[in-house]
Amino acid sequence: MNWNWSVIWEYLPRLIDGVWVTLELVFLSGLLGLMLAVPLALMRASGNVWLRILPFSYIFFFRGTPLLVQIFLIYYGSSQFDLIRESALWPILREPYWCAIIAFTLNTAAYSAELIRGAIQAIPKGELEAADAFGMSRVLKIRRIVLPRAFGIVLPAYGNELILMLKSSSLASTITLLDITGAARTIIARTYTPLEIFFAAGMLYLLITAIMIGAFRLIERRLNRYQHYKAPEQVAEVDPRLVD
Amino acid sequence: MKISKLLTTASLVALTAFGSTLANAADKIRIATEGAYAPFNMTNEQGELIGFDVEIAKALCAQMQADCEIVAQDWDGIIPGLLGRKYDAIVASMSITEERLRVVDFTNPYYSNVLAFVGPEGKELDTSEAGLKGLTVGAQRATVAGQYLEDNLADVVSVKLYDTQDNAYLDLAAGRLDALLSDKFPAYDWLRTDEGAGFEFKGEDIDINDRIAIAVRKGDPVKEKFNAALEAIVENGTYAEINARYFPFSIY
Repeated sequence: MNWNWSVIWEYLPRLIDGVWVTLELVFLSGLLGLMLAVPLALMRASGNVWLRILPFSYIFFFRGTPLLVQIFLIYYGSSQFDLIRESALWPILREPYWCAIIAFTLNTAAYSAELIRGAIQAIPKGELEAADAFGMSRVLKIRRIVLPRAFGIVLPAYGNELILMLKSSSLASTITLLDITGAARTIIARTYTPLEIFFAAGMLYLLITAIMIGAFRLIERRLNRYQHYKAPEQVAEVDPRLVD
Repeated sequence: MKISKLLTTASLVALTAFGSTLANAADKIRIATEGAYAPFNMTNEQGELIGFDVEIAKALCAQMQADCEIVAQDWDGIIPGLLGRKYDAIVASMSITEERLRVVDFTNPYYSNVLAFVGPEGKELDTSEAGLKGLTVGAQRATVAGQYLEDNLADVVSVKLYDTQDNAYLDLAAGRLDALLSDKFPAYDWLRTDEGAGFEFKGEDIDINDRIAIAVRKGDPVKEKFNAALEAIVENGTYAEINARYFPFSIY
Protein backbone atom coordinates (compact mmCIF):
# COMPACT_ATOMS: atom_id res chain seq x y z
CA MET A 1 0.00 0.00 0.00
CA ASN A 2 1.29 3.45 -0.71
CA TRP A 3 0.10 6.03 1.71
CA ASN A 4 0.31 9.54 0.36
CA TRP A 5 0.84 12.20 3.04
CA SER A 6 1.44 15.01 0.58
CA VAL A 7 -2.09 14.81 -0.78
CA ILE A 8 -3.38 15.59 2.73
CA TRP A 9 -1.22 18.68 3.09
CA GLU A 10 -2.05 19.82 -0.42
CA TYR A 11 -5.80 19.70 0.12
CA LEU A 12 -5.90 20.62 3.83
CA PRO A 13 -6.90 24.25 3.13
CA ARG A 14 -10.00 23.03 1.29
CA LEU A 15 -10.89 20.71 4.15
CA ILE A 16 -10.47 23.59 6.58
CA ASP A 17 -12.88 25.68 4.51
CA GLY A 18 -15.24 22.77 5.11
CA VAL A 19 -14.62 22.99 8.87
CA TRP A 20 -16.14 26.48 8.97
CA VAL A 21 -19.23 25.33 7.11
CA THR A 22 -19.63 22.37 9.49
CA LEU A 23 -19.18 24.59 12.56
CA GLU A 24 -21.70 27.13 11.29
CA LEU A 25 -24.25 24.40 10.59
CA VAL A 26 -23.83 22.78 14.00
CA PHE A 27 -23.82 25.93 16.12
CA LEU A 28 -26.54 27.81 14.30
CA SER A 29 -28.92 24.86 14.23
CA GLY A 30 -27.89 23.89 17.77
CA LEU A 31 -28.81 27.38 19.02
CA LEU A 32 -32.08 27.57 17.08
CA GLY A 33 -32.89 24.00 18.10
CA LEU A 34 -32.41 24.80 21.77
CA MET A 35 -34.67 27.85 21.49
CA LEU A 36 -37.34 25.62 19.99
CA ALA A 37 -36.73 22.75 22.42
CA VAL A 38 -37.36 24.70 25.65
CA PRO A 39 -41.01 25.61 25.00
CA LEU A 40 -41.57 22.15 23.53
CA ALA A 41 -40.18 20.52 26.66
CA LEU A 42 -42.30 22.73 28.94
CA MET A 43 -45.41 21.82 26.97
CA ARG A 44 -44.40 18.17 26.98
CA ALA A 45 -44.00 18.22 30.79
CA SER A 46 -47.29 20.02 31.33
CA GLY A 47 -50.23 18.34 33.06
CA ASN A 48 -52.63 19.34 30.29
CA VAL A 49 -53.18 16.55 27.75
CA TRP A 50 -54.07 18.95 24.93
CA LEU A 51 -50.88 20.89 25.50
CA ARG A 52 -48.86 17.66 25.38
CA ILE A 53 -50.24 16.36 22.09
CA LEU A 54 -48.52 18.79 19.72
CA PRO A 55 -44.96 18.38 21.03
CA PHE A 56 -45.50 14.65 21.37
CA SER A 57 -46.40 14.20 17.68
CA TYR A 58 -43.61 16.54 16.61
CA ILE A 59 -41.01 14.66 18.62
CA PHE A 60 -42.43 11.32 17.53
CA PHE A 61 -42.09 12.26 13.86
CA PHE A 62 -38.60 13.72 14.01
CA ARG A 63 -37.14 10.99 16.21
CA GLY A 64 -38.85 8.29 14.19
CA THR A 65 -37.55 9.19 10.73
CA PRO A 66 -33.95 9.29 9.48
CA LEU A 67 -32.29 12.69 9.26
CA LEU A 68 -31.30 11.97 5.67
CA VAL A 69 -34.95 11.53 4.75
CA GLN A 70 -35.82 14.79 6.51
CA ILE A 71 -33.11 16.66 4.61
CA PHE A 72 -34.23 15.22 1.28
CA LEU A 73 -37.88 16.01 2.01
CA ILE A 74 -37.07 19.61 2.88
CA TYR A 75 -34.59 20.17 0.04
CA TYR A 76 -35.89 18.13 -2.90
CA GLY A 77 -39.45 17.77 -1.63
CA SER A 78 -40.19 21.46 -1.13
CA SER A 79 -39.04 22.29 -4.63
CA GLN A 80 -41.61 19.97 -6.17
CA PHE A 81 -44.52 22.28 -5.31
CA ASP A 82 -45.21 25.33 -7.44
CA LEU A 83 -47.01 26.77 -4.43
CA ILE A 84 -43.76 26.82 -2.45
CA ARG A 85 -41.64 27.91 -5.39
CA GLU A 86 -43.82 30.97 -5.86
CA SER A 87 -44.13 31.78 -2.16
CA ALA A 88 -42.11 34.21 -0.06
CA LEU A 89 -40.34 31.23 1.53
CA TRP A 90 -38.62 30.20 -1.70
CA PRO A 91 -35.59 32.52 -1.39
CA ILE A 92 -34.81 30.62 1.84
CA LEU A 93 -35.80 27.11 0.75
CA ARG A 94 -33.92 27.62 -2.49
CA GLU A 95 -30.60 27.62 -0.63
CA PRO A 96 -29.15 24.26 0.42
CA TYR A 97 -27.54 26.02 3.39
CA TRP A 98 -30.86 27.09 4.90
CA CYS A 99 -32.52 23.79 4.08
CA ALA A 100 -29.77 22.05 6.05
CA ILE A 101 -30.17 24.51 8.95
CA ILE A 102 -33.94 23.94 8.99
CA ALA A 103 -33.61 20.15 8.91
CA PHE A 104 -30.91 20.06 11.61
CA THR A 105 -32.79 22.54 13.80
CA LEU A 106 -36.06 20.60 13.68
CA ASN A 107 -34.24 17.33 14.26
CA THR A 108 -32.10 18.42 17.18
CA ALA A 109 -35.03 20.30 18.74
CA ALA A 110 -36.97 17.05 18.93
CA TYR A 111 -34.15 15.18 20.67
CA SER A 112 -33.24 18.09 22.97
CA ALA A 113 -36.88 18.66 23.96
CA GLU A 114 -37.04 15.07 25.15
CA LEU A 115 -33.79 15.49 27.11
CA ILE A 116 -35.01 18.70 28.72
CA ARG A 117 -38.36 17.15 29.57
CA GLY A 118 -36.51 14.37 31.37
CA ALA A 119 -34.43 16.92 33.24
CA ILE A 120 -37.49 18.95 34.26
CA GLN A 121 -39.11 15.85 35.66
CA ALA A 122 -35.92 14.94 37.50
CA ILE A 123 -35.91 18.13 39.57
CA PRO A 124 -36.35 17.07 43.23
CA LYS A 125 -39.96 17.63 44.26
CA GLY A 126 -38.88 19.39 47.44
CA GLU A 127 -37.41 22.27 45.47
CA LEU A 128 -40.66 22.82 43.60
CA GLU A 129 -42.60 22.62 46.86
CA ALA A 130 -40.28 25.19 48.36
CA ALA A 131 -40.96 27.52 45.42
CA ASP A 132 -44.68 27.07 45.92
CA ALA A 133 -44.30 27.65 49.66
CA PHE A 134 -42.68 30.97 48.87
CA GLY A 135 -45.79 31.84 46.88
CA MET A 136 -43.98 32.11 43.54
CA SER A 137 -46.19 32.45 40.49
CA ARG A 138 -45.99 29.71 37.87
CA VAL A 139 -43.89 31.86 35.52
CA LEU A 140 -41.51 32.96 38.23
CA LYS A 141 -41.11 29.36 39.37
CA ILE A 142 -40.21 28.28 35.83
CA ARG A 143 -37.79 31.14 35.38
CA ARG A 144 -36.03 30.89 38.75
CA ILE A 145 -36.26 27.22 39.65
CA VAL A 146 -37.36 24.89 36.86
CA LEU A 147 -35.22 26.08 33.96
CA PRO A 148 -31.95 26.77 35.79
CA ARG A 149 -32.16 23.41 37.57
CA ALA A 150 -33.13 21.59 34.38
CA PHE A 151 -30.17 23.07 32.48
CA GLY A 152 -27.78 21.86 35.12
CA ILE A 153 -29.21 18.38 34.94
CA VAL A 154 -29.46 18.21 31.14
CA LEU A 155 -25.97 19.47 30.38
CA PRO A 156 -24.02 16.19 30.08
CA ALA A 157 -26.72 14.65 27.90
CA TYR A 158 -26.99 17.79 25.80
CA GLY A 159 -23.25 17.75 25.14
CA ASN A 160 -23.75 14.28 23.79
CA GLU A 161 -26.56 15.48 21.52
CA LEU A 162 -24.38 18.25 20.08
CA ILE A 163 -21.59 15.78 19.31
CA LEU A 164 -24.06 13.51 17.54
CA MET A 165 -25.25 16.57 15.60
CA LEU A 166 -21.70 17.36 14.56
CA LYS A 167 -21.39 13.98 12.95
CA SER A 168 -24.88 14.01 11.46
CA SER A 169 -24.00 17.31 9.82
CA SER A 170 -21.96 15.32 7.31
CA LEU A 171 -25.30 14.58 5.62
CA ALA A 172 -25.31 18.18 4.42
CA SER A 173 -22.89 17.03 1.74
CA THR A 174 -25.75 15.18 0.06
CA ILE A 175 -27.43 18.47 -0.82
CA THR A 176 -24.32 19.99 -2.42
CA LEU A 177 -22.93 21.75 0.66
CA LEU A 178 -19.16 21.65 0.99
CA ASP A 179 -18.85 20.88 4.68
CA ILE A 180 -15.91 18.71 5.82
CA THR A 181 -17.41 15.58 4.28
CA GLY A 182 -18.56 17.36 1.12
CA ALA A 183 -15.11 18.85 0.61
CA ALA A 184 -13.49 15.45 1.23
CA ARG A 185 -15.70 13.69 -1.28
CA THR A 186 -15.07 16.36 -3.90
CA ILE A 187 -11.30 16.08 -3.38
CA ILE A 188 -11.43 12.27 -3.60
CA ALA A 189 -13.29 12.43 -6.93
CA ARG A 190 -10.16 14.01 -8.31
CA THR A 191 -7.28 12.41 -6.42
CA TYR A 192 -8.60 8.85 -5.99
CA THR A 193 -7.11 8.77 -2.49
CA PRO A 194 -10.12 8.00 -0.30
CA LEU A 195 -8.09 6.60 2.61
CA GLU A 196 -5.85 9.62 3.07
CA ILE A 197 -8.54 12.25 2.64
CA PHE A 198 -11.17 10.52 4.78
CA PHE A 199 -8.48 9.99 7.42
CA ALA A 200 -7.75 13.73 7.42
CA ALA A 201 -11.47 14.54 7.55
CA GLY A 202 -11.94 12.12 10.44
CA MET A 203 -9.11 13.78 12.35
CA LEU A 204 -10.77 17.18 11.89
CA TYR A 205 -14.06 15.84 13.30
CA LEU A 206 -12.13 14.33 16.20
CA LEU A 207 -10.46 17.66 16.91
CA ILE A 208 -13.77 19.54 16.92
CA THR A 209 -15.30 16.90 19.19
CA ALA A 210 -12.38 17.20 21.61
CA ILE A 211 -12.88 20.96 21.82
CA MET A 212 -16.61 20.54 22.35
CA ILE A 213 -16.06 18.01 25.14
CA GLY A 214 -13.64 20.40 26.85
CA ALA A 215 -16.04 23.34 26.54
CA PHE A 216 -18.92 21.35 27.99
CA ARG A 217 -16.78 20.20 30.89
CA LEU A 218 -15.99 23.82 31.75
CA ILE A 219 -19.64 24.87 31.55
CA GLU A 220 -20.70 21.89 33.63
CA ARG A 221 -18.15 22.65 36.29
CA ARG A 222 -19.41 26.22 36.52
CA LEU A 223 -23.13 25.46 36.38
CA ASN A 224 -23.07 22.45 38.69
CA ARG A 225 -20.38 23.74 41.00
CA TYR A 226 -22.56 23.07 44.04
CA GLN A 227 -22.20 19.35 43.33
CA HIS A 228 -18.45 19.31 43.69
CA TYR A 229 -16.84 19.19 47.07
CA LYS A 230 -13.17 19.94 47.27
CA ALA A 231 -11.56 19.13 50.58
CA PRO A 232 -9.38 21.91 52.05
CA GLU A 233 -5.69 21.09 51.76
CA GLN A 234 -4.97 21.44 55.41
CA VAL A 235 -7.47 21.06 58.16
CA ALA A 236 -6.69 23.36 61.01
CA GLU A 237 -6.56 22.12 64.59
CA VAL A 238 -7.07 18.44 64.17
CA ASP A 239 -7.87 16.55 67.29
CA PRO A 240 -4.62 14.66 67.98
CA ARG A 241 -6.60 11.54 68.81
CA LEU A 242 -7.76 11.34 65.18
CA VAL A 243 -4.22 11.19 63.88
CA ASP A 244 -2.20 8.03 64.30
CA MET B 1 -15.28 2.57 -51.66
CA LYS B 2 -15.25 -0.88 -53.13
CA ILE B 3 -11.51 -1.13 -52.99
CA SER B 4 -11.28 0.00 -49.42
CA LYS B 5 -13.98 -2.44 -48.46
CA LEU B 6 -12.11 -5.22 -50.18
CA LEU B 7 -8.93 -4.17 -48.41
CA THR B 8 -10.64 -4.12 -45.05
CA THR B 9 -12.04 -7.57 -45.58
CA ALA B 10 -8.68 -8.84 -46.76
CA SER B 11 -6.88 -7.37 -43.78
CA LEU B 12 -9.55 -8.76 -41.50
CA VAL B 13 -9.08 -12.24 -42.91
CA ALA B 14 -5.32 -11.88 -42.57
CA LEU B 15 -5.59 -10.63 -39.02
CA THR B 16 -8.04 -13.31 -38.01
CA ALA B 17 -5.67 -15.93 -39.37
CA PHE B 18 -2.81 -14.23 -37.56
CA GLY B 19 -4.81 -14.06 -34.38
CA SER B 20 -5.88 -17.65 -34.42
CA THR B 21 -2.35 -18.90 -34.87
CA LEU B 22 -1.35 -16.93 -31.80
CA ALA B 23 -4.24 -17.75 -29.50
CA ASN B 24 -6.16 -20.97 -29.38
CA ALA B 25 -8.32 -20.88 -32.47
CA ALA B 26 -11.72 -19.18 -32.76
CA ASP B 27 -13.03 -19.66 -29.25
CA LYS B 28 -15.73 -17.70 -27.53
CA ILE B 29 -15.21 -14.01 -26.86
CA ARG B 30 -16.77 -12.90 -23.61
CA ILE B 31 -17.69 -9.23 -23.35
CA ALA B 32 -18.64 -7.31 -20.20
CA THR B 33 -20.84 -4.25 -19.94
CA GLU B 34 -22.28 -2.41 -16.95
CA GLY B 35 -25.99 -2.29 -17.70
CA ALA B 36 -26.69 0.96 -15.86
CA TYR B 37 -25.85 3.80 -18.23
CA ALA B 38 -28.82 4.59 -20.41
CA PRO B 39 -29.02 4.69 -23.35
CA PHE B 40 -25.61 3.06 -23.82
CA ASN B 41 -26.00 -0.02 -21.71
CA MET B 42 -29.01 -0.94 -19.59
CA THR B 43 -31.18 -3.88 -18.68
CA ASN B 44 -34.73 -4.22 -19.98
CA GLU B 45 -37.76 -5.72 -18.21
CA GLN B 46 -36.82 -9.19 -19.44
CA GLY B 47 -33.40 -8.83 -17.85
CA GLU B 48 -31.64 -8.61 -21.21
CA LEU B 49 -28.78 -6.22 -21.78
CA ILE B 50 -29.64 -3.61 -24.37
CA GLY B 51 -28.34 -0.26 -25.54
CA PHE B 52 -25.86 1.30 -27.90
CA ASP B 53 -22.80 -0.42 -26.40
CA VAL B 54 -24.51 -3.80 -26.53
CA GLU B 55 -25.56 -3.39 -30.15
CA ILE B 56 -22.09 -2.28 -31.15
CA ALA B 57 -20.61 -5.29 -29.37
CA LYS B 58 -23.00 -7.62 -31.20
CA ALA B 59 -22.26 -5.97 -34.55
CA LEU B 60 -18.52 -6.34 -33.95
CA CYS B 61 -18.95 -10.00 -33.11
CA ALA B 62 -21.01 -10.57 -36.24
CA GLN B 63 -18.32 -8.82 -38.24
CA MET B 64 -15.60 -10.96 -36.66
CA GLN B 65 -17.79 -14.03 -37.09
CA ALA B 66 -17.00 -14.78 -33.51
CA ASP B 67 -19.14 -16.51 -30.95
CA CYS B 68 -19.77 -13.88 -28.29
CA GLU B 69 -21.32 -13.82 -24.88
CA ILE B 70 -22.26 -10.51 -23.25
CA VAL B 71 -22.31 -10.35 -19.46
CA ALA B 72 -23.21 -7.65 -16.93
CA GLN B 73 -20.64 -6.53 -14.39
CA ASP B 74 -20.73 -3.72 -11.81
CA TRP B 75 -18.60 -0.72 -12.67
CA ASP B 76 -16.26 -1.00 -9.64
CA GLY B 77 -15.13 -4.47 -10.53
CA ILE B 78 -15.20 -4.22 -14.29
CA ILE B 79 -11.44 -3.85 -14.85
CA PRO B 80 -10.42 -6.37 -12.16
CA GLY B 81 -12.81 -8.85 -13.81
CA LEU B 82 -11.12 -8.34 -17.16
CA LEU B 83 -7.69 -8.86 -15.64
CA GLY B 84 -8.97 -11.94 -13.84
CA ARG B 85 -10.02 -13.41 -17.22
CA LYS B 86 -13.71 -13.53 -16.35
CA TYR B 87 -14.22 -11.97 -19.80
CA ASP B 88 -12.03 -10.76 -22.64
CA ALA B 89 -13.27 -7.26 -23.41
CA ILE B 90 -15.20 -4.38 -21.87
CA VAL B 91 -17.70 -2.53 -24.04
CA ALA B 92 -19.22 -0.21 -21.48
CA SER B 93 -18.75 3.42 -22.57
CA MET B 94 -15.35 3.47 -20.93
CA SER B 95 -13.23 6.59 -21.43
CA ILE B 96 -9.58 6.18 -22.28
CA THR B 97 -7.65 7.60 -19.34
CA GLU B 98 -4.03 7.57 -18.29
CA GLU B 99 -4.76 5.58 -15.13
CA ARG B 100 -6.57 2.86 -17.08
CA LEU B 101 -3.92 2.71 -19.78
CA ARG B 102 -1.49 1.56 -17.11
CA VAL B 103 -3.45 -1.68 -16.62
CA VAL B 104 -5.35 -2.35 -19.85
CA ASP B 105 -5.10 -1.74 -23.61
CA PHE B 106 -7.76 0.16 -25.49
CA THR B 107 -8.94 -0.36 -29.06
CA ASN B 108 -9.54 2.57 -31.36
CA PRO B 109 -12.36 4.75 -29.99
CA TYR B 110 -15.89 3.83 -31.04
CA TYR B 111 -17.44 7.12 -29.98
CA SER B 112 -16.46 10.46 -28.54
CA ASN B 113 -17.98 11.95 -25.46
CA VAL B 114 -18.58 15.68 -25.38
CA LEU B 115 -19.98 17.84 -22.61
CA ALA B 116 -23.00 20.07 -23.06
CA PHE B 117 -24.88 22.64 -21.02
CA VAL B 118 -28.57 22.05 -20.37
CA GLY B 119 -30.89 24.90 -19.37
CA PRO B 120 -34.55 25.90 -19.36
CA GLU B 121 -36.15 26.30 -22.78
CA GLY B 122 -36.73 29.80 -23.99
CA LYS B 123 -34.34 31.36 -21.52
CA GLU B 124 -31.31 32.99 -23.07
CA LEU B 125 -28.09 31.40 -21.85
CA ASP B 126 -24.73 32.54 -23.09
CA THR B 127 -22.30 29.71 -22.34
CA SER B 128 -19.17 31.79 -22.80
CA GLU B 129 -17.21 32.53 -19.66
CA ALA B 130 -18.48 36.10 -19.56
CA GLY B 131 -22.06 34.96 -20.11
CA LEU B 132 -21.95 32.41 -17.31
CA LYS B 133 -20.52 34.82 -14.76
CA GLY B 134 -22.38 34.69 -11.45
CA LEU B 135 -24.68 31.82 -12.44
CA THR B 136 -25.16 28.56 -10.57
CA VAL B 137 -24.13 25.51 -12.57
CA GLY B 138 -24.46 21.90 -11.44
CA ALA B 139 -22.87 18.59 -12.37
CA GLN B 140 -22.49 15.12 -10.97
CA ARG B 141 -19.55 14.64 -8.59
CA ALA B 142 -16.70 12.38 -9.81
CA THR B 143 -17.53 12.83 -13.48
CA VAL B 144 -15.61 14.55 -16.24
CA ALA B 145 -18.31 17.24 -16.28
CA GLY B 146 -17.82 17.95 -12.56
CA GLN B 147 -14.07 18.14 -13.00
CA TYR B 148 -14.40 20.40 -16.01
CA LEU B 149 -16.46 22.89 -13.97
CA GLU B 150 -13.98 22.85 -11.12
CA ASP B 151 -10.96 23.22 -13.37
CA ASN B 152 -12.25 25.83 -15.76
CA LEU B 153 -15.18 27.72 -14.30
CA ALA B 154 -14.77 27.55 -10.51
CA ASP B 155 -13.96 31.27 -10.28
CA VAL B 156 -16.71 32.32 -12.66
CA VAL B 157 -19.79 30.35 -11.63
CA SER B 158 -21.00 28.85 -8.40
CA VAL B 159 -20.45 25.10 -8.82
CA LYS B 160 -22.85 22.63 -7.23
CA LEU B 161 -21.94 18.95 -7.23
CA TYR B 162 -24.52 16.18 -6.87
CA ASP B 163 -24.22 12.55 -5.80
CA THR B 164 -26.32 11.34 -8.71
CA GLN B 165 -27.26 12.72 -12.07
CA ASP B 166 -30.92 12.37 -11.10
CA ASN B 167 -30.54 14.76 -8.16
CA ALA B 168 -28.91 17.29 -10.46
CA TYR B 169 -31.86 16.99 -12.86
CA LEU B 170 -34.27 17.53 -9.93
CA ASP B 171 -32.56 20.75 -8.93
CA LEU B 172 -32.45 21.97 -12.51
CA ALA B 173 -36.19 21.37 -12.75
CA ALA B 174 -36.71 23.13 -9.38
CA GLY B 175 -34.93 26.22 -10.66
CA ARG B 176 -32.07 26.04 -8.18
CA LEU B 177 -29.64 25.67 -11.07
CA ASP B 178 -29.32 28.04 -13.98
CA ALA B 179 -27.67 25.31 -16.00
CA LEU B 180 -26.34 21.80 -15.80
CA LEU B 181 -23.15 20.47 -17.37
CA SER B 182 -23.34 16.83 -18.35
CA ASP B 183 -22.15 14.16 -20.74
CA LYS B 184 -24.11 15.09 -23.82
CA PHE B 185 -25.62 11.78 -24.89
CA PRO B 186 -27.23 10.62 -21.62
CA ALA B 187 -28.57 14.18 -21.22
CA TYR B 188 -30.00 13.93 -24.72
CA ASP B 189 -31.86 10.84 -23.54
CA TRP B 190 -33.18 12.70 -20.46
CA LEU B 191 -34.39 15.64 -22.51
CA ARG B 192 -36.74 13.28 -24.34
CA THR B 193 -38.40 12.10 -21.09
CA ASP B 194 -41.37 13.85 -19.45
CA GLU B 195 -39.16 15.28 -16.71
CA GLY B 196 -36.82 16.74 -19.29
CA ALA B 197 -39.55 18.52 -21.21
CA GLY B 198 -39.05 22.27 -21.02
CA PHE B 199 -35.25 22.02 -21.12
CA GLU B 200 -32.79 22.11 -23.98
CA PHE B 201 -29.10 22.12 -24.81
CA LYS B 202 -27.45 25.50 -24.57
CA GLY B 203 -24.51 26.90 -26.51
CA GLU B 204 -21.69 24.94 -28.07
CA ASP B 205 -20.66 21.45 -27.00
CA ILE B 206 -17.42 21.25 -25.07
CA ASP B 207 -14.93 18.84 -26.57
CA ILE B 208 -12.70 17.58 -23.78
CA ASN B 209 -11.02 14.99 -25.97
CA ASP B 210 -12.82 12.18 -24.16
CA ARG B 211 -12.65 9.06 -26.33
CA ILE B 212 -14.66 5.94 -25.58
CA ALA B 213 -13.11 2.59 -26.48
CA ILE B 214 -13.11 -1.12 -25.80
CA ALA B 215 -10.77 -2.28 -23.06
CA VAL B 216 -8.87 -5.54 -23.43
CA ARG B 217 -6.04 -7.17 -21.48
CA LYS B 218 -2.58 -5.80 -22.20
CA GLY B 219 -1.04 -7.42 -25.25
CA ASP B 220 -4.14 -9.44 -26.14
CA PRO B 221 -4.30 -9.83 -29.95
CA VAL B 222 -8.08 -9.59 -29.77
CA LYS B 223 -7.52 -5.83 -29.79
CA GLU B 224 -6.51 -5.91 -33.45
CA LYS B 225 -9.54 -8.01 -34.30
CA PHE B 226 -11.81 -5.45 -32.66
CA ASN B 227 -10.06 -2.59 -34.47
CA ALA B 228 -10.50 -4.27 -37.85
CA ALA B 229 -14.13 -5.12 -37.15
CA LEU B 230 -14.81 -1.60 -35.95
CA GLU B 231 -13.34 -0.16 -39.10
CA ALA B 232 -15.47 -2.54 -41.13
CA ILE B 233 -18.80 -1.72 -39.46
CA VAL B 234 -18.10 2.00 -39.76
CA GLU B 235 -17.30 1.45 -43.42
CA ASN B 236 -20.29 -0.74 -44.29
CA GLY B 237 -22.87 1.48 -42.57
CA THR B 238 -23.77 -0.86 -39.70
CA TYR B 239 -22.38 1.65 -37.23
CA ALA B 240 -24.38 4.52 -38.70
CA GLU B 241 -27.50 2.38 -38.60
CA ILE B 242 -27.08 1.63 -34.88
CA ASN B 243 -26.15 5.24 -34.21
CA ALA B 244 -29.35 6.42 -35.90
CA ARG B 245 -31.48 4.21 -33.66
CA TYR B 246 -30.27 6.21 -30.63
CA PHE B 247 -29.26 9.64 -31.83
CA PRO B 248 -30.16 11.67 -34.90
CA PHE B 249 -26.55 12.91 -35.08
CA SER B 250 -23.28 11.04 -35.40
CA ILE B 251 -21.45 10.31 -32.16
CA TYR B 252 -18.49 8.57 -33.82
